[in-house]
Amino acid sequence: MGYKSFDEINEKIRSKKAVVVTAEEIIGIVDEVGVEGAFREVDVVTCGTFSPMCSSGAFLNFGHSDPPIRMSKVWLNDVPACAGLAAVDAYIGATELSESRGMEYGGAHVIEDLIAGKKVRLRATSYGTDCYPRRALEAWITADSINEAYMFNPRNCYQNYGAAANTSDRTIYTYMGTLLPKLGNVNYCTAGELSPLICDPFYRTIGLGSRIFLGGAQGYVAWQGTQNNPSQPRAENGVPIGGAACLALIGDLKQMDPRYIRAAVFEKYGVTMFVGVGTAIPLLDEEMVRHVAVRNRDVKTKIFDYSVARRSKPALAEVSYEELRSGSVQVGSRTIPTAPLSSLKMAREIAQKLKDWIVRGEFELQEPVASLPREGSPQALENYEGE
Amino acid sequence: MALQKSTEVNGGICDGTCAAANARTHAGVDAGTSPTGTAEKRIKALLTYPPGAVGKPITYSLVRQFDLWINILHAEIAADKAGRLIMDILGDASDIDRGLAFLEDEGIEYEILNGSALWDEDRCVHCGACTAVCPSHALTLDKNDWSLAFDREKCYLCRLCTRACPVGAMSTPI
Repeated sequence: MGYKSFDEINEKIRSKKAVVVTAEEIIGIVDEVGVEGAFREVDVVTCGTFSPMCSSGAFLNFGHSDPPIRMSKVWLNDVPACAGLAAVDAYIGATELSESRGMEYGGAHVIEDLIAGKKVRLRATSYGTDCYPRRALEAWITADSINEAYMFNPRNCYQNYGAAANTSDRTIYTYMGTLLPKLGNVNYCTAGELSPLICDPFYRTIGLGSRIFLGGAQGYVAWQGTQNNPSQPRAENGVPIGGAACLALIGDLKQMDPRYIRAAVFEKYGVTMFVGVGTAIPLLDEEMVRHVAVRNRDVKTKIFDYSVARRSKPALAEVSYEELRSGSVQVGSRTIPTAPLSSLKMAREIAQKLKDWIVRGEFELQEPVASLPREGSPQALENYEGE
Repeated sequence: MALQKSTEVNGGICDGTCAAANARTHAGVDAGTSPTGTAEKRIKALLTYPPGAVGKPITYSLVRQFDLWINILHAEIAADKAGRLIMDILGDASDIDRGLAFLEDEGIEYEILNGSALWDEDRCVHCGACTAVCPSHALTLDKNDWSLAFDREKCYLCRLCTRACPVGAMSTPI
């Protein structure tokens, strides 16, 4: 069995000889020429996803005013940012709500406005110190007028995710969208066979330091995502059945494109952010070809009942992405309409764009500097009412 | 008839789920087939109830007295406040006219709705969240390129999409 190294593949990218296809295109190639043939012909497979990812945000450094201020409270367009850092550093979280506009505008909108080049109103207060005497400041900023603006998303790019439904008698409003009563709909939220970690189920090619597409710019995998759950039970092909691993991502907000980062409001839930992520998987060996050629029919997830507002929700059925994509699924004796929350059209566009970058020699693959953990599950938090 | 029974919404707030339920009940009704025969017509109307009128069984009267088929698409009704009801009305043109005159007599303002929801294609990310709640199947995802398709003819302005769309791409002219 042959082997191609990251260096060999990058050499091909530099000389513009790399053969790159998307994770959907590789399926047809494997059908036509087999795993061995696909390994010989193709060097890199690109993946994409464009989904709401709440655990997102950006670090900003505003620069110093004169006299200077040690900002202890910061608002951007009336959305509070976390300022418990050095004098003019702050972190704006995607789900933070505006103090004046509530759920219609939040941190994700601030981030989208900054990426779009719009002016954002900065307001800061302080208790004042000898070295930072100013106690209040108001200013207009843009992404270009401030020092650093980098997105740092603690949990993105979930490796599969549970689908959602509602067995109760009332409509419920969740981060999985509007769920109609009595199993009126099933919502799901991954790009299936095109999704980054579904195509590399054991994280052989993606790890800390991997270069990625993030919001239209080149970004990096910074760490494992929060609530990382690689020990989730897996199917025979290695793909976890339901939410499993995830990634912490970092990238330069100033280089991003508002097309690939989009603020979102989920009715009666709150603000979140669509994040466009793309990954490039080097076909190191035939095993990687088998992984990236996974099909929707072989990617399974469970449908959970979101009317049970508990940590563990009952699973109603196990279904494949082929079934979810068909427009309806069977739950018991009933046929329930399905709808995605993740844009497959945008995921395809991202995989295609990343492919174009690589073909043109503009994006080289970065071999991970450390591996992601292959085992581990999130811990629960128990409410403690004692002393 | 199940359809008629399902049309009464007295008090409380209907968040639109009744529209989804009604749409399924209504699916078997072909727009070209009148339940009574001649000069069949179908309109969408927005009814505004003044405070105090909410307790009146208006929909029931439209059904019983004027032989109209009513499908409630959206309702915001509370006993002590003004209410808004969007309904699909099917029946003979003359019966519809008499029904509308009855509404006026009862002090209920109405507006005939023409058109459909507004789709901001530049804002749309084609996620499909709206297709989950659209009871008329006006909003669907094209299974080839997975872009959103909007059949304005099918839309009956229930406005569920305007609330389900996470990026604010759907709005209504009212």
